[in-house]
Amino acid sequence: MSEARLTQSRRGPLVARHPSLVIFLVVLALFTLGVTVLAEGFGMGMISTSFVKTLGKTLCLCLVALAMDLVWGYCGILSLGHMAFFGIGGYAIGMWLMYARTEIIVAESMAAAALPPTAAEISQGIATQIFGVVGASEFPPIWAFAHSLPLQLAAVVLVPGLLALVFGWLAFRSRVTGVYLSILTQAMTLALALYLFQNDSGLRGNNGLSGLQNLPGLDAVPQATVSLWFFWGSALALGLAYALCTWVVSGKFGSVIRAIRDDESRVRFLGYSVEAYKLFIFTFTAILAGIAGALYYPQAGIINPAEIAPIASIYLAVWVAIGGRGRLYGAVIGAGFVSLLSTWFTGGQAPDVNLGVYTIQWVDWWTVLLGLSFVAVTLFAPQGIGGLFDLLSRRARAEEGPQGLKEAPQK
Amino acid sequence: MQQILKLIAICVVAVLPLGPVAAQDAEAPIQQLLQEHGDIIAKSSRKTIAPAIDALAASGLAEAQAVLERWQAKEMWRNKETGLFVYGTKTKKELAAFDFASGAEIGTFPTKEFKQLKPNSGIRGMIGAALVQFQLNAPDPVARATALDAIERDAEPAHLTALRGAIEGEADAGLKARKARLERLLTIRFAEGDAERIAAIEGFAGDLGVDVRATLNPLVVTEIAFADAAPDGPEVARLITLGEATLSRRDAYDMLVAAELAPPRLDADAKRTALIENISDGQVAGVQVASLSTEAARDIAYAKLAERGLAAPAATEAQIDAALAQRTFFERYTGATPSVAVAALSVLQSIEAKVAVNQTADLALDAISLASIYFLAAIGLAITFGVMRVINMAHGEFIMMGAYTGYVVQLFVPNYTMSIILAIPLAFAVTFAAGVAMERLVIRWLYHRPLETLLATFGISIALQQIAKNIFGTQARPLTAPGWLDGSLVFNDIVSISYIRIAIFVLALLFLALFLFVMNRTRLGLEVRAVTQNPRMAASMGINPDRINMLTFGFGSGIAGIAGVAIGLYAKVTSEMGADYIVQSFMTVVVGGVGNIWGTLLGASMVGVFQKGVEWLNPSNTLAAQTYMILFVILFIQFRPRGIIALKGRAAEA
Repeated sequence: MSEARLTQSRRGPLVARHPSLVIFLVVLALFTLGVTVLAEGFGMGMISTSFVKTLGKTLCLCLVALAMDLVWGYCGILSLGHMAFFGIGGYAIGMWLMYARTEIIVAESMAAAALPPTAAEISQGIATQIFGVVGASEFPPIWAFAHSLPLQLAAVVLVPGLLALVFGWLAFRSRVTGVYLSILTQAMTLALALYLFQNDSGLRGNNGLSGLQNLPGLDAVPQATVSLWFFWGSALALGLAYALCTWVVSGKFGSVIRAIRDDESRVRFLGYSVEAYKLFIFTFTAILAGIAGALYYPQAGIINPAEIAPIASIYLAVWVAIGGRGRLYGAVIGAGFVSLLSTWFTGGQAPDVNLGVYTIQWVDWWTVLLGLSFVAVTLFAPQGIGGLFDLLSRRARAEEGPQGLKEAPQK
Repeated sequence: MQQILKLIAICVVAVLPLGPVAAQDAEAPIQQLLQEHGDIIAKSSRKTIAPAIDALAASGLAEAQAVLERWQAKEMWRNKETGLFVYGTKTKKELAAFDFASGAEIGTFPTKEFKQLKPNSGIRGMIGAALVQFQLNAPDPVARATALDAIERDAEPAHLTALRGAIEGEADAGLKARKARLERLLTIRFAEGDAERIAAIEGFAGDLGVDVRATLNPLVVTEIAFADAAPDGPEVARLITLGEATLSRRDAYDMLVAAELAPPRLDADAKRTALIENISDGQVAGVQVASLSTEAARDIAYAKLAERGLAAPAATEAQIDAALAQRTFFERYTGATPSVAVAALSVLQSIEAKVAVNQTADLALDAISLASIYFLAAIGLAITFGVMRVINMAHGEFIMMGAYTGYVVQLFVPNYTMSIILAIPLAFAVTFAAGVAMERLVIRWLYHRPLETLLATFGISIALQQIAKNIFGTQARPLTAPGWLDGSLVFNDIVSISYIRIAIFVLALLFLALFLFVMNRTRLGLEVRAVTQNPRMAASMGINPDRINMLTFGFGSGIAGIAGVAIGLYAKVTSEMGADYIVQSFMTVVVGGVGNIWGTLLGASMVGVFQKGVEWLNPSNTLAAQTYMILFVILFIQFRPRGIIALKGRAAEA
C-alpha cells in the first residue's frame, strides 16, 4: 500500500484512501458473478460442481494467505503454524456437521424401535457410529458442544484465537523472534498434528472427520447448489476480510506493525508496546485462518491430521512469497495462482514433457518445480508476482521523479 | 549280579549263533520286569499303565531306555504264545524279532504269531516323560541341553524326580547350574510338601529371571469370595471394602445374584425388554408408549407392570444394601496353599523392587541411545546453524541423502561390513558436495537474511524430498547392518541394548570428538571461528571468508550424511526420514543453546530423556511422547530463550 499512502490523503473514507481495495472488491464480485452464471447450480452448467468446489476452496486458501501476509508480510512474524489454526477451524465446524448428520441418521434408525429412544440411547448410538472406527463408543469431553451449531461456530473463532493468544503471549513475552519463532510455531504445528494422529485424541485419529460435504437436514438440496452457497460464503468472507485487513494495515496501527517488521528494537525504544501489537496481529490472523478453515473443509468433505502437518504451513508461506509479501493483493494472487496451478499439475491434466531419455510427468515433478521456483523467487524476486505491478506503476510514473518504491528492508 | 546275567545272556547268544529260532532269554531281568507288568502293558490303557512305565523307568536297567523308546515308536511286539516281549520291524507279513536283553536277532516270524503294542498318544506322552531321565543323563551334552529345553517349555510332575536324579552326575558346570535351577523351579511347581516349596521359593528372592516370575505368579492368584460371617483362616488374602477399585458395589451384588442369594437388579436392557413384551394398543400398563422416552418414565411404567404381576419386581436399593451388609467379601488364595502363596508373594515383592531398579536402568539406556540419535541428527546443524547461524531446513534431506547413498552402495557391494565402510566416506562426499553447491548457489546470497534463508532452504528441502521420491519410490528401502551388529548386549532378562544402538552411541561420541578437534585444534577451525566472529577482520588477516563459509557448510552437511547412514541402519530409509528429524534436531540445538556443541549434547540428552520418560509413563503411545516433548520444549524456551548454555556478551548479539 506504500504508493497509496504517498499519493492519497490520510483523511476520507477507507475506500477513497485505498483504490486497490475497490479494484479488488469489484474483481472479486465480478468473479463470483461469473462463476455463478456459469455454474451448474443456477446457470449455464459450463463449470462442473467439483470445479466450483475447487474455486471455493481456493478462495478460502486466499483468505488464509491474506492472514499469513498480514502476520508475515506486514508484521515480520514468519509463522509456520497458521495452517494449524486453519485445521482447527475445520475440525470445529466438522464436529458439528458430523454430529448433526449422524444424529439424524441414528434418530431415523431408532424411530422404528418399539420404544421411543431416550436421550442417552440416541447419544450412545451417535457415539458408536462416529467413534466405532477408533474402537470407542463414548463421546470424549471435547465433543461436549458438538450438538450445537452456534457453540461450534464460536469455537471456530475462539479456539484458534485462544491458542494463538496463549502461544503468542508465551513466545513474544520471552522475546522469541525471527527464525526461533518460526521453528517454535512449526513445533507447535507438529505437536498438534501428532496429537491428532492418536486414536484416543477424541477426533478419530488419522481417520479424521468425513462426510462434511453433506449438510445436516439438507439432503434434498443438490451438491451443485450447496457448492455455490459455500462459494458465495467464501467470496463474502474473503471480501470482508480483505476490507478489514486493509483497514488494519492503514493508518497509524499499520505503520507501527510495519515498523516492527523493519526494526523491532527501535519501535520498542520509541515507547510502543511491541509485544501487544504482535500479539494482536498473531491472534487476529489466527482467527481469520480458523474462519477460512471452517469454510474450506465443508467443501473438501474430509479433514484429517495430515492437513495440519508442518508442510502445509510451509506451502502457505510459499504462496504468499510467490504472490508478493507486504501487499494484500499479492497474497491473494499467490494463493490463487499457485494452488490452482498445483491442482492443474497434480491432477494429471498438464501434458508430459518428453525429453527423449526421460519423460517428465508433472504429477511427480511439479513439487520439485514448485520448490525450486520458490528458491528462485526468494533469490531473484523477493517482491513476488506483486512486484510486477510495481514495475508497471513505476513505468507509468517514471516522469514523476523518485518515489517510495524501494524494496522493503528484509529481516 | 547284573554283569553276570549279561554275561550269561551273551554266552547264550554265543552258544546258539546260528539257530534261526534262537531261544529268547526269558530269565533276563528286563524281560522279567516286562512280564511282571505284562498284562497292563498289553491292556495298553492310559489309566492303568502308569505302574508299568514307572517300574521300567525306576528299574535302573540298562535296557530300560531301549524298551521305552521301542515301545513309544510302536516297535514292541508280544509273542501270543509265550507272552515274551521282543522288538522288531515288520516287513510284509514277517517280523524280524530282536531280543531286548541281548539285542540279538531271534529270527523271522510270521506277524500273526505276535501282537504289536500300539500305545495311544496319551501313553506315548507318559513314556516320553519317563524317557526324559535317560535323556538328561545322555552322554552327549547337546542332547542333555535339548532335554532341559523341553522341560522348560512343558514341565510335568514326573520330570522333577528325573531331574533330581540327573544333577549329581552332571559333568558340565553350566548344565549342572541349569539343572539345579530348573529343579528348584519344578520343586516350586510340583513338590508335595509346603516346606520344600517354600524353601525353593525363598531361594529365588531377588532373582530377575522371567521364568521365576512365571512360576511364582500363578501361586499368588486370588479369587473374590463372600461369606456370611467374617472369614478367618489362612486362605484369606485380605478383606474387601466394597466400592474400592477391586470390587464395585454393583459387581458385588451381581455375585450374590449369580449365587441366587438375592433378587436380580433391574438394568436398562431388561427393563426395555420387559416393557416391549408388554406393549398392547400402544400402551404399557396404561402408560402411552410414546411417552417412554426417558428412563424415569420407563421406571414408572415398569413399576406399574410389576404391580400388575406382569414383571418380576426389581430389587430396591434398600434390598441391595441389606443383602450386601449381610455379607463380607474377601479375597482368598486359589493358586497354592496359603503359606506357599504368602511366601511367593513376599519373594515376588522383593523381585518387583529389583525389577523396578533394573527397568530404570534399561530406560536410562534407551534414553541415552535416543539422545545419541538426536545428537547425531543435530550435530551437522550445530555446525551450520550453531556456528555459521545459517538456518538450513534441508538438513534433514542431507541426512536422507546419506542414507540413500548407503542403500545404493549396498546394491553394488553385497558384503554388508564392506558396504558400510564404503558408504560412510561416500555419504560424506555426496552430502559435502551437495552442501557446497547449496552454499555457493543459494545461501551465500542470503547471509544476514535468516528468514529468507529459512524459506529458500525449505524450497530446496521440498524439491529434494520429491526428487528422492521420484527416484527411489515411496516405499521404504532397507539399509542392512552387518551381521556383527545384530543382536543385543544382554545384562539380564530386563536390561539389554542392541549393538546397533551401542554403535550409534559410539559414533555420536566420535563425532563429538571430531567436532571438538576440528574446531579447536585445526587451522580450519580457527579460521571458521574467526570468520564467524568478525568476517571483515578475518578477511583483512588474509582469511578468505567465502572459502571458509563454503567449507564449513560442506563439513556440516557431510556430517549430516554420515549421520544418515547411521540412522538408516536403525530406521527405514524413506524420502521423508529427514523431515521426521528436522524439527527435533532444531529443538535439540535451540534447547541446548545455539553455538555451543556441549549445549547440543545437553539438549539431545534432555530431549531424549524426557521423551523416554513420557513413553515409560504411557508405553503404548510414542506419538503422545513426541507431542509432550515438543510442548515441553516450547515451555522450556519460555524460561531459557537462549537455551541451556547461552552465549553471553557480544557473541550473543550476532
